[in-house]
Amino acid sequence: MTSMTMIQAIRSAMDVKLGMDGDVVVFGEDVGYFGGVFRCTDGLQAKYGASRVFDTPIAEGGLVGVAIGMGANGLRPVVEIQFADYFYPAYDQIVSEAARLRYRSAGDFTAPLTIRMPCGGGIYGGQTHSQSPEALFTHVCGLRTVMPSNPYDAKGLLVASIECDDPVIFLEPKRLYNGPFDGHHDRPVVPWAGHPLAEVPEGHYSVPLESAAVRRPGNALTVLAYGTMVWVSEAAARETGIDAEIIDLRSLWPLDLETIVRSVTKTGRCVIVHEATRTSGFGAELAALVQEHCFYHLEAPIERVAGWDTPYPHAQEWAYFPGPARVGAAFRRVTEA
Amino acid sequence: MTPYPPLRLHVPEPPGRPGRETDFSYLKLSPAGAVRRPPVDVRPSGTEDIVDQLVRVLDDDGRAVGPWDPKADPQLLLAGLRAMLKTRFLDARMLVAQRQKKLSFYMQCLGEEAIGVGQALSLRPDDMCFPTYRQQGILVARGYSLVDMMCQLFSNERDPVKGRQLPVMYTSRRHGFFSISGNLATQYIQAVGWAMASAIRGDTRIASAWIGDGSTAEADFHSALTFAAVYRAPVILNIVNNQWAISSFQGIAGGEAASFAARGVGNGIVSLRVDGNDFLAVLSVSGWAAERARRGLGPTLVEWTTYRAGAHSTSDDPSKYRPADDWGRFPLGDPVARLKKHLVAIGAWSDGEHEAAMKAIEAEVVAAQKEAESHGTLASGLVHDASTMFDDVYRDIPAHLLRQRRELEDLS
Repeated sequence: MTSMTMIQAIRSAMDVKLGMDGDVVVFGEDVGYFGGVFRCTDGLQAKYGASRVFDTPIAEGGLVGVAIGMGANGLRPVVEIQFADYFYPAYDQIVSEAARLRYRSAGDFTAPLTIRMPCGGGIYGGQTHSQSPEALFTHVCGLRTVMPSNPYDAKGLLVASIECDDPVIFLEPKRLYNGPFDGHHDRPVVPWAGHPLAEVPEGHYSVPLESAAVRRPGNALTVLAYGTMVWVSEAAARETGIDAEIIDLRSLWPLDLETIVRSVTKTGRCVIVHEATRTSGFGAELAALVQEHCFYHLEAPIERVAGWDTPYPHAQEWAYFPGPARVGAAFRRVTEA
Repeated sequence: MTPYPPLRLHVPEPPGRPGRETDFSYLKLSPAGAVRRPPVDVRPSGTEDIVDQLVRVLDDDGRAVGPWDPKADPQLLLAGLRAMLKTRFLDARMLVAQRQKKLSFYMQCLGEEAIGVGQALSLRPDDMCFPTYRQQGILVARGYSLVDMMCQLFSNERDPVKGRQLPVMYTSRRHGFFSISGNLATQYIQAVGWAMASAIRGDTRIASAWIGDGSTAEADFHSALTFAAVYRAPVILNIVNNQWAISSFQGIAGGEAASFAARGVGNGIVSLRVDGNDFLAVLSVSGWAAERARRGLGPTLVEWTTYRAGAHSTSDDPSKYRPADDWGRFPLGDPVARLKKHLVAIGAWSDGEHEAAMKAIEAEVVAAQKEAESHGTLASGLVHDASTMFDDVYRDIPAHLLRQRRELEDLS
């Protein structure tokens, strides 16, 4: 066991898989010699050579397109989109091609690939370096969408994603790269060092896809969250003193419905938290699922706390970010209802 | 007062419209044998002066002339002729079957048969082609079963893709034929990735990418050229310029200002413009490009000049936007007739043998259709069970799809 940041854990996952499986290749913009703008691939080119870890032209549609062709030719590409905000030119390749190749060819061709992309705000990135586009992937049949909240899960889920024969969208909340950020932007940064979930095995292990984790057991209400919002929700529970059961979804779709249903059936109350914009966000699907499966156990309306339905602003970032105060207020409304 | 006149938008117009004969002088034809043949290790700049010329081998008398003469074995040429004829009969039969509602939709490749067939016969069987919907000639030339093709077209119980795709969207990994998406241009960049993987793995197989003139306007085309050039991918980048993208003539895709071959040179790729209705030129240039790829010399872009003789698809009526007699007046003629003429000229073929071959091939196609129809057609309703629609979305069926499948099954 070593204490790792989320960046180190993600790098370690790729390192382990590059070492184990000669078919794994890693590429993207600035990921080769330089090691990525967030350093997630630092040192991998030196270790595995430029034909397995390399830089690509600035063409997201192009790099996902070549990854699909490589996947069809037996490789397991792991590509980085430098910021999730930049994936849009690749959407056609992701939706029409990667997600449907197995289906449309009845299994004659498949393209196992993992598309990593840093997402979320909190770094003064403005509207082009802060988005959380998970709902644009969960809506697409054939894709798996994953978002870790800590170094241990980041490595285990990334290993599982690379080993998965389905295409996986791997969203990395960039504000969690260096610590369990809980939304208190005005307080000193808390590093991962010393956190139990930063204790990461150096070798191979995986965290199964489609499995949620109960981050904080509780009885007063169920919180459905993922990524940064897991830590924000934990801060809200601490600060309101409300005994929230916090479920970290980890795999957004396909998801672990059982864990959700078990918890909401027990608590009878549910708050859904995500950083992405609210309308048609993934929270809408979660609310619908809870309603379909737990309606007769609900004692209060389901609440959603999300980013406002505006582009992610720059100077007004912290008024936009759904921090512990907004989440805590939702906890109170739901428990007092 | 500005000294300039008001600006006007230029919208390209084709050189012919219904009721107004096409002026084909825009094609810029070179005489057969006139274009030089660079060495295979030519640098991209070394083809810059010939991207507006047209590589041709067959002259008007059916003789093979000039440096691009492949000096092919007549048996190979006869195999090509047979595959082209088979493709043409298949197309003709399936157009009729579509009218009979045995399939929902069809796309023929009439007039373009030489390109797919010729390239397939220049590649190794395990080189991977990433075709568009008008390269059925590749499958025919590689010996894919006509019955399997028709079962796909009829969406019947033996359809290899289980009724999930429109007719013509074939797939056959075993025949080096990548699953056709139906989206445009997406496969072009995937072919480059497949070729890059071949280089990464130290393999010897190469890729062959296909696109039409219209779809070269898509971003995927331009990314493909960039990636192919940057990584010197072992890929042949084919552009089939059949002059028409549904109703838009090739000028709407940018063919008016520069040849499509010129786009390759601008990206640092060895590029040629070739008579796509000249089977010998197709063989020769495809072989040359494959040799370059296999030797690690990088990609070759080839613009094949041809003409879409038929409608875009069974849903299209070209008489609405181009002269009805256009194909008959197209200066590069019919690829089947031209190859036949050459084979007769060299004494390898005769009119009698041609007639007999046509009869035999037609009988083969008719027999295949009979067998395919015994497994059902779209009209007969003998298709894969509806519950199979939940298979292959993921490798294993996840819980939510199992629930939805149960919901569907409960309805029946």
